[in-house]
Amino acid sequence: MNELTEFLLRTGDDALVAAQRLGEWVAAAPEMEEDIALANIALDQLGAARLLLSYAGELMTGSGQRPAGAVDGEVTEDTLAYLRDDREFRNCLLVELPNGDFAVTMAKLLFLSAYQRLLYDRLVASTDGRLASIAAKARKEVAYHLDHAQLWTLRLGDGTAESHRRMQAAVDQLWPYTHELFQADEPTRRLDEAGVVAAPDTLREAWLGLVEPVLAQATLDRPADAWAPVGGRAGLHTEHLSYLLAEMQVLHRAHPGARW
Amino acid sequence: MSLRAVVAAVVDPEIRVVTIDELGILRDVAEDPDTGRVTVTITPTYTGCPAMDVIRADIRHALSVAGHPDTDVVTVLAPAWSTDWISESGRAKLAAAGIAPPGPVRRDGPVRLTLTVACPRCGSAETEQVSRFGSTTCKALWRCRACREPFDHLKAL
Repeated sequence: MNELTEFLLRTGDDALVAAQRLGEWVAAAPEMEEDIALANIALDQLGAARLLLSYAGELMTGSGQRPAGAVDGEVTEDTLAYLRDDREFRNCLLVELPNGDFAVTMAKLLFLSAYQRLLYDRLVASTDGRLASIAAKARKEVAYHLDHAQLWTLRLGDGTAESHRRMQAAVDQLWPYTHELFQADEPTRRLDEAGVVAAPDTLREAWLGLVEPVLAQATLDRPADAWAPVGGRAGLHTEHLSYLLAEMQVLHRAHPGARW
Repeated sequence: MSLRAVVAAVVDPEIRVVTIDELGILRDVAEDPDTGRVTVTITPTYTGCPAMDVIRADIRHALSVAGHPDTDVVTVLAPAWSTDWISESGRAKLAAAGIAPPGPVRRDGPVRLTLTVACPRCGSAETEQVSRFGSTTCKALWRCRACREPFDHLKAL
């Protein structure tokens, strides 16, 4: 697959799967304001996913590629969202993990939005004008997501004994999965050298620079770097993604092209 | 009425007191002198704004009523929309509808911390943010400590 297409699928799938997970909180968040906040963040993520996957779909159509489940026609954002199987998704494992308790969701949002903020910041200068214009919009929105996650991390980490215990458990549970965000590979490095994308491994230092002070201020321990599960970028996912996709895709697969 | 004026009069489907022109969503209206085909260029406020499809349909409808059924509505992303593009009349209408208009956007650095937002009902500066996210993606939820009323604030972007 074309290297840029691969990068667009990775970045778009991160946003799409994150949006689907955040959407699960609607009507189940701890308070009404949080219901609204998480739905808003999900909508922003979905907006970025649509722009990135539409672009990927156009490139795939141009080069005659299509997902195994799509029989004919052009590859659109809908083809990519609804007709790919788990092995064809390129999102990181972090975003597909279950929501857990509210602390797990906030730790996940902190780690993801810090990464997206830095990634989009770099993509604004991409030599690919379309990618740059998508990033210029998404970076403004993700700044609010990061801010929201930081505030909750501080409130829970530096809160009661119980909230601190849960926030620390969430950070410990998710930390191993953050390594995959910065996993280096040769095609992305080549694209980075050409000024098209930002190679993920070049972002980790700046990411630690954003995340570590938040953890420290929240009186949370920064976990040691040890186990680092990967596989999402190669389509090797946890079982959780399959259940997520089943729910997300069932209507479209049962009634292809359904509209309302 | 000029073509531009016809399109500029289309109201935002979610904040119906302001037009798409006052919000800065409308970027350009051009008519091909040979074919008469009209091309309208718009830009989304937020990437996931669900009102965009309705805005496109409303633009086509307005032009069709004005005798221009042959219309293209093009969406551009760059330059990225900013609340700084909301016109003075748009700000006044938002405030009159109980929605506190946004302050200026700081160009670089982290998200700007709004120190105070005046209550659109009583004008008091004794207000507080309830949530950074509100009923639509572009708004935050505030409340006034003076008149006790909750209100929406269009956040700077």
